[in-house]
Amino acid sequence: MYENPDGVMIGLEVHVQLNKLKTKVFCGCTTDYHNDPPNSHVCPVCLGLPGALPVINKKAVEAAIKVGLALNCKVEEHTQFYRKNYYYPDLPKGFQITQYDFPISSGGYIVIEGEDGEHRVGITRAHMEEDPGRLVHEGTIDKSKYTLIDYNRSGMALLEVVSDPDMRSPKEARRYLDKLRNILEYLDVFDGNLEGALRVDANISIMGGQRAEIKNISSHKGAERALLYEIVRQKNVLRRGGVVVLETRHFDEAREITLSMRSKEEAHDYRYFPEPDLVPLKISGWAPAIKETLPELPDARRMRFVEQYGIKDDQAKSLTGELVWANYFEDFLKAYKDEYKEKLDPKLAVAWIEVLKGELNYRDLTVDAFKKEDMLSILELLVSKKITEDGAVDIIRTLLDKGGSPDEIVAEKGLLKVEGDIVSTAVEEAIKENPQAVADYKAGKEKALNSLVGAVMKKTKGRADARAAREVLLGKLG
Amino acid sequence: MATINELKERIHAGSSEEIVAEYLERIGGSKLNAFITVAKENARKCAKEIDSEGHDGSLAGIPVAIKDNISTKGILTTCASKILTGYVPPYDAHVIERLKDAGAVIIGKTNMDEFAMGTSTETSFYGPTRNPWDLDRVPGGSSGGSAAAVAGGEAPLALGSDTGGSVRCPASFCGVVGLKPTYGVISRYGLISYANSLEQIGPFATTVRDIAMLFDVIAGYDARDSTSVDKDVNYSSALKNDVSGLKIGVPEEYFGEGTDENVNKAVWNAIQKLEDLGATRIEVKMPHTKYALSAYYIIAMSEASSNLARFDGMRYGLRAEDSDWHSTFSQVRAAGFGDEVKRRILLGTYALSAGYHDKYYLKALKVRTLIKQDFELAFKDADVLIAPTMPYPAFRLGEKIDDPLSLYLADVDTVPINLAGVPSISVPCGFSHGLPIGMQVIGKHFDEATILRTAYTFEENTDFHTQQPEGL
Repeated sequence: MYENPDGVMIGLEVHVQLNKLKTKVFCGCTTDYHNDPPNSHVCPVCLGLPGALPVINKKAVEAAIKVGLALNCKVEEHTQFYRKNYYYPDLPKGFQITQYDFPISSGGYIVIEGEDGEHRVGITRAHMEEDPGRLVHEGTIDKSKYTLIDYNRSGMALLEVVSDPDMRSPKEARRYLDKLRNILEYLDVFDGNLEGALRVDANISIMGGQRAEIKNISSHKGAERALLYEIVRQKNVLRRGGVVVLETRHFDEAREITLSMRSKEEAHDYRYFPEPDLVPLKISGWAPAIKETLPELPDARRMRFVEQYGIKDDQAKSLTGELVWANYFEDFLKAYKDEYKEKLDPKLAVAWIEVLKGELNYRDLTVDAFKKEDMLSILELLVSKKITEDGAVDIIRTLLDKGGSPDEIVAEKGLLKVEGDIVSTAVEEAIKENPQAVADYKAGKEKALNSLVGAVMKKTKGRADARAAREVLLGKLG
Repeated sequence: MATINELKERIHAGSSEEIVAEYLERIGGSKLNAFITVAKENARKCAKEIDSEGHDGSLAGIPVAIKDNISTKGILTTCASKILTGYVPPYDAHVIERLKDAGAVIIGKTNMDEFAMGTSTETSFYGPTRNPWDLDRVPGGSSGGSAAAVAGGEAPLALGSDTGGSVRCPASFCGVVGLKPTYGVISRYGLISYANSLEQIGPFATTVRDIAMLFDVIAGYDARDSTSVDKDVNYSSALKNDVSGLKIGVPEEYFGEGTDENVNKAVWNAIQKLEDLGATRIEVKMPHTKYALSAYYIIAMSEASSNLARFDGMRYGLRAEDSDWHSTFSQVRAAGFGDEVKRRILLGTYALSAGYHDKYYLKALKVRTLIKQDFELAFKDADVLIAPTMPYPAFRLGEKIDDPLSLYLADVDTVPINLAGVPSISVPCGFSHGLPIGMQVIGKHFDEATILRTAYTFEENTDFHTQQPEGL
């Protein structure tokens, strides 16, 4: 049972860009603008030109429903768009089309690994809205002499996922974000690697006091840092006998602190009212068909991996925590069977995928940096006992750092495993040269055997199989 | 004044260019100030093309004047506001595409109340339009330029927009025919919004037949307007000189206090005339009519306060000196909007504000539902309703402009129709001291055919529509 000593309550509002859709939410402009010049993918609708009208992108509604279902939400009978009125240069109509009453889905939950085991975080609602344009400054916003506006982003479909205030620590908040992102990737509605794909507003209070809302945090790590800072700040306010006030704060990522933006008195009155240009959408009939298309989600896949492949739960968790690795694992097993007409032990596969992952992470590389065929060859060399585990690691590192092919590297470095007479000779020499270790072993010190194995490996330049060397040693020592 | 069919005969002989030149000449010598922009080059070029290449569209070579709140590609579109100074749209409204496809010639952009907010065309940044029947009087509004242009022979056809009477009022004051279609029949794509949930684009002409021909061109489904309705209708074929068996509902609430004696008389005479032609008259009750005006203004202003937020000087139109965005927005809006527009934005903002939203905006929506019910009940018995379009004929320039409330009250008979979303056509039905009087024939949702037939029959059996203002 987690005590939550500071009475921390955290709720998150996550803006998810449905950037895998082909077109924006209310017009036909492409969502594929990231490599193009500013303001090159705009039209009367997403520029808010006088007289232009929005038309809902049905695919965006479907994607939103899909997310709602995956988050265990209830999908409403009908959904309605509203106008949120405020002025800002990135908002070409002077209002944002969003949802208010009748959001597309509500009342769901996500299960995360909490401070004290599995922890359920409620989802208040998930509603659709349009993304504003993007403001670009020279240097920092407060020092820049001008602001440039790029409306390519204007009108991108966003889904705002609002959680209940169920998280009790910044760590839980981060895990919630990781899990949400994980689920979104599985749903194929979202590419988290694109700029601005996921933005977070965090609400936090301690000891039952007023909450602060921290706006526009752009990373999971940033959210954790902002919340950690905010707990310290609020505790300091209380310690000095003050009162935490309801306010909106800004997270300065460079300095990792939060700064006050506006108090409750200055809070906006958004004057919500139903968008007259979009009729209420009856979506009650959509959900069943969309439910059919829901893929296997991370938790289910993790359980299946343990059951079907007999791998450990934490290995399954690590694999399914990133869609790309979960897919890699299953594809790899299949490809191995196709290539070598023989089943690969999933436990062996997962162990070596973890090694590969570690080497890639160390070099800040993604899975694309390593050819799957090379990995297949390496596993085959291991399975057929042609190379040692040390040799396999050497091949992976060499491929990443210098390139080439596994066979070339094996030949060049002489990594083919040695067996038989060479190992026997090395064992005999090792026994002769280490009488003390032999005596220790015979006196019952089991550990002395390890130094003898080490000596054999040294003599064979690592090409002997350690386990085989050990057996030969045991035989000779009687 | 020439009708479409008369003009068509001349155009078949290859003289669209000549016709356009005649209209341009009349506009050039006009005292009405009906146009903000005369698209001379564009009109001449289009007419020339039609003469040389021919065109089989139903309006080939016919000049049409367009209210200046309808987006026209390459032609200045101002909403009669200073804030849209220099705004040349990069796209055509749906109705403009339709007109071009039918071969119509866009002859110019007509004057209006700024952002369609008014009943007299006096709030235009480009000065008031004058009534062709009496230059000291208003043409009505907000589509005053379009109505005056048609009445004054400066265009055979025109488009306006009707949010709370803005087509029917000037049609009535200028003695021409004007139609406010059922909400959703004409795409609003490209109509610069004043109050989206209420307004429709509507045609002006001198006869009901011409209205139907123009209406046939511009009506129809458009995927770019989510409120557009998919109905396939041919309105011209509905025109029959026959009202036998037609049940005319007469709502007494529309003939109440404040209605001019001569207007009452003219409309009752018209009803009698239709009865003589075979229609029957029944009384209908529309008890919520008295709440319509306040509900209308709250809804219209609320929507307007949001619709007009986009005019901030950042992307088009008037620009202020560069400063921080907050001051720049404020400066542009302070300098660019006229008093009436500012008044409506402020009132609408207030009505939507936290603490007042339920009291005003939500209550107005409830009244709107009751008004709709009034119409549904009335149409259980009646095929059409007939009432005065305006409570009085055109008033003098300057007479009401300093008294916004009395101007708002002038819309008493037109706004319930917009709240209900039903169609209504205003046709000339008499004169009072030389000024035209209009009556409106109101129909069921999507039953434009019946109101057009009623108006057509009336027109065929009377001569009010043939009378023309003198001395232009």
